[in-house]
Amino acid sequence: MKLIIYILIMSLTTYLIRMLPFVLFRKKIKSRFIKSFLFYIPYSVLGAMTIPYIFYSTDNVISSCVGCITALIMSVKNKSLIVVALAACMAAFITEIIISCVPM
Amino acid sequence: MNFSLTTAKQGLKDGIPIGLGYLSVSFTFGLMAANQHLSVPEAVIISMTNLTSAGQFAGLDIISSSGSFAEMALTQLIINIRYALMSLSLSQKLDKSFTTPHRLITAFGITDEIFAVASSKDKLINKKYMYALILIPFLGWSLGTLAGAAAGGILPARLKSALGIAIYGMFLAIIIPPSKKSRGVLAAVIISSLISCLTYYLTNISSGFSIIICAVAAAAAAALFMPVNNDEKEEETK
Repeated sequence: MKLIIYILIMSLTTYLIRMLPFVLFRKKIKSRFIKSFLFYIPYSVLGAMTIPYIFYSTDNVISSCVGCITALIMSVKNKSLIVVALAACMAAFITEIIISCVPM
Repeated sequence: MNFSLTTAKQGLKDGIPIGLGYLSVSFTFGLMAANQHLSVPEAVIISMTNLTSAGQFAGLDIISSSGSFAEMALTQLIINIRYALMSLSLSQKLDKSFTTPHRLITAFGITDEIFAVASSKDKLINKKYMYALILIPFLGWSLGTLAGAAAGGILPARLKSALGIAIYGMFLAIIIPPSKKSRGVLAAVIISSLISCLTYYLTNISSGFSIIICAVAAAAAAALFMPVNNDEKEEETK
């Protein structure tokens, strides 16, 4: 029962955040600054969500870094989202296997 | 521009890579939910009603630590307030087919990636495109959660660990290509990442709140020094 309330609060809060500006805001923004600001927002958000968290996204910083470099190279080559994501996972996976084989 | 040329077919096509990317991320969410002793239907319901990555992972932490309801609401607000910025931004790109009921429904589907793809269109977008764009990511997110929660104990720890990097790889795949084309985007990404490192290593600011600070500061700086021309909006090639 408590779980249902948690889920209700979670989903309702998240929905309201998305819905209110979307429904209430009808005017076209004229200001070049605000237009530019809104254009840059998604990239800024994703940058802040990725760095530095990507370095701690697996159990091991080294495998995270190898995965990160792999993802960077693939992204620069314009590979699709899924290809980049899987390549990063595979690189991290292989690195962890190699690390576990090296006696510390 | 008064004509919106985006179609349902184009929306479905644009949604496929997002949906596939979501499979791996939501799979991880399903796994973690199972680890926290949530049942498979419970995990899937959370994904189907929230459709957000960071918020759900944080929510899971609060559920498993029996946090207060107020903490849950506040955490979701802080982590997800970026969607308000995205909704505001995307509201500028909607054509006349978006009446209030359609806005009420499609608002649910605004995620980082769906927003990024929809806003990269240089035309206005119509409701058919938006519904189609949301469909496959929604299915991917739900099915991935289902698979992850069901697979729970089966996956080896090392594989689970490696899957943790999937969402970040996807983020890089979204931000790097436009960064190559636009110096403004590159600047926004670099400034935002730098501030993010500062708040991460030097302060105790929560990650959700940190994202807001970084995003607002970086986007404002880029907008101030490298404002976008109306005809300069880069087309993201998918």
